[in-house]
Amino acid sequence: MTPPVSAFSELLLVVSYMVGKDRIIFATKEDHETPSSAELVADDPDDPYEEQGLILPNGDINWNCPCLGGMASGPCGEQFKSAFSCFHYSTEEIKGSDCVDQFRAMQECMQKYPDLYPQEDENEEKEKSSKDLEATPMEASAAKEEKGSS
Amino acid sequence: RQKSNLLQRWNVPIKLQMSRQVASSGVPGGRGDSSVFVLIVGLSTLGAGAYVYRTLKENKERFTSRLSNLSPAAPGARPEVPSHVPFLLIGGGTAAFAAARSIRARDPGARVLIVSEDPALPYMRPPLSKELWFSDDPNVTETLRFKQWNGKERSIYFQPPSFYVPVRDLPFVENGGVAVLCGKKVVHMDVRGNIVKLSDGTQISYDKCLIATGGSPRNLPAIERAGKDVQQRLTLFRKIEDFKSLEKISREVKSITIIGGGFLGSELACALGRRARTRGLEVIQLFPENGNMGKVLPEYLSNWTTEKVRREGVNVMPNAVVKSVSVCGNRLMIKLKDGRKVETDHIVAAVGLEPNVELAKSAGLEVDSDFGGFRVNAELQARSNIWVAGDAACFYDIKLGRRRVEHHDHAVVSGRLAGENMTGAAKPYWHQSMFWSDLGPNVGYEAIGLVDSSLPTVGVFAKATAKDTPKSATEQSGTGIRSESETEAEASEVHISPSFSPMPQVPKQGEDYGKGVIFYLRDKVVVGIVLWNIFNRMPIARKIIKDGEEHDDLNEVAKLFNIHEE
Repeated sequence: MTPPVSAFSELLLVVSYMVGKDRIIFATKEDHETPSSAELVADDPDDPYEEQGLILPNGDINWNCPCLGGMASGPCGEQFKSAFSCFHYSTEEIKGSDCVDQFRAMQECMQKYPDLYPQEDENEEKEKSSKDLEATPMEASAAKEEKGSS
Repeated sequence: RQKSNLLQRWNVPIKLQMSRQVASSGVPGGRGDSSVFVLIVGLSTLGAGAYVYRTLKENKERFTSRLSNLSPAAPGARPEVPSHVPFLLIGGGTAAFAAARSIRARDPGARVLIVSEDPALPYMRPPLSKELWFSDDPNVTETLRFKQWNGKERSIYFQPPSFYVPVRDLPFVENGGVAVLCGKKVVHMDVRGNIVKLSDGTQISYDKCLIATGGSPRNLPAIERAGKDVQQRLTLFRKIEDFKSLEKISREVKSITIIGGGFLGSELACALGRRARTRGLEVIQLFPENGNMGKVLPEYLSNWTTEKVRREGVNVMPNAVVKSVSVCGNRLMIKLKDGRKVETDHIVAAVGLEPNVELAKSAGLEVDSDFGGFRVNAELQARSNIWVAGDAACFYDIKLGRRRVEHHDHAVVSGRLAGENMTGAAKPYWHQSMFWSDLGPNVGYEAIGLVDSSLPTVGVFAKATAKDTPKSATEQSGTGIRSESETEAEASEVHISPSFSPMPQVPKQGEDYGKGVIFYLRDKVVVGIVLWNIFNRMPIARKIIKDGEEHDDLNEVAKLFNIHEE
């Protein structure tokens, strides 16, 4: 149905009318460029119910972060957690340089499951691990972009 | 130094595992022998000592017998199915997989057994009615692979077979794992004894159990009455085998009729409609509502969407109620209540999902009379050691009230939450799940919350100016992440349509709902949001619902969404 539209609506920034119980608003770019008066409630960063990013408020690693994909739960999950934890808490000048053994163990495990951990992506995974640490609570979208297989 | 730390780490998971078993199988609240002793002393003053002692002895016997089950047996001597698992997940779909992953992430070395009636390993459903139909690969029904929004290909299976531990090895493998027992149905649940029985008589006891049995497609009474000849020409679409069968049928018949105007029916109609143009297949879609997505979108938008579905090559027949179906020659004859007749070769029924709650009886679990499904609390718990997630869970949403949700992302969110709570988190349902749909190259939307067309709505759309054109056919829709909280990279449809009919360059004022945001209200509070052809805005939508604030002018709220931005 064609809704009733004013002959002068071209000049209006906002056109608004009701169709039964439903309101329809057409708003121009100019109208929406003015600041919104809608108020949002301030978020509590320590809210225990909220989904957490990769690093929890207390500094621990959130192994259940969707951004990790299957890394912490697959057959090499323990090796991954070990290597990643070591890296996370490493205070060496070259961060993680004291974790070579853990990373080697992880790599050895992953080599046993080539269709879970494609070999060419391995360096990407390591880079991704270090990138994740530097990120603030990650937006799932960004994480997804970087996530390799599993 | 580091080596010994590593070694300690490898041993810890197994030790933790065994002590957890004692804790959860022992006296409620007990955590090892010493606290149980205190319990004995305390209760004996009330004269209940004898009862406690007897219970303890039983538990100790159970512990000892379980311990002997755990002692590494030679591989040849291992039973095919373990008699006990710490984490038992009934159902092998999205919610179960999400829970398994969550449990494994949080409980080092956890041993998780999934028992699935489906012969397939856990897989994701959305591509079965979307991406798989648009694949260029002629072998797609075998590979079940599709291209994601980022160009990368992936399988519908969450993980390849090598991810899983063989079922018989589950109690013994060093760091635990996830095992899937396929093609087996749990038919009986003893909640007091914490034991389930399978269709083949096998019994498995558990410490914690998740029911994620999902649902089964509903059928129309008219079709059920119709007899075998009609049933043979019917698809109730849900699983991989239904996709394979329908794909084959779509190449063989001249006419397919989809009954149902919701998500699944409309997506399948559009997918088949595309094939219609290239292969001369007639695609009809009929449903009782006034337009596609009539129960979800406000009427003006539902009507607009219906036109779009028609442009995808579908003969959409709204306001159609099926009276009877019969075989006529080699074809089907559908008679509608208003007298119209539809002749077709094959029917796809997409008329809803019946939650699988058969276990409720033996388990003594409550079934919700309003929404169906197992009734659980805000933490998805039905009883002490039993959680329910996914399509089968009727749960309490702190913000939106009691509900049951049949979407993929909800299965992921609730499965993950159940897994967290099965490993001690005690968190309520809080992170709102979302859902999405694409109906051809011009209509893509994401939604969150209570998106019910019976609620009053306020839709704010970008006002067309002379410069605006409708979405270009070559532009990727769904470029945003469709399911933020999922466990695997999820696909969004890649629109490649080369041959759709061109849209008018300048949409007529007031009639083009090209892009915008629709708010669903309960009083002045936004309880649901549809992001109409705009993407990457789900976080702000989620925030508004979470806040639960009253808003007087929703145009002001709409400003937060930047609907005019490309």
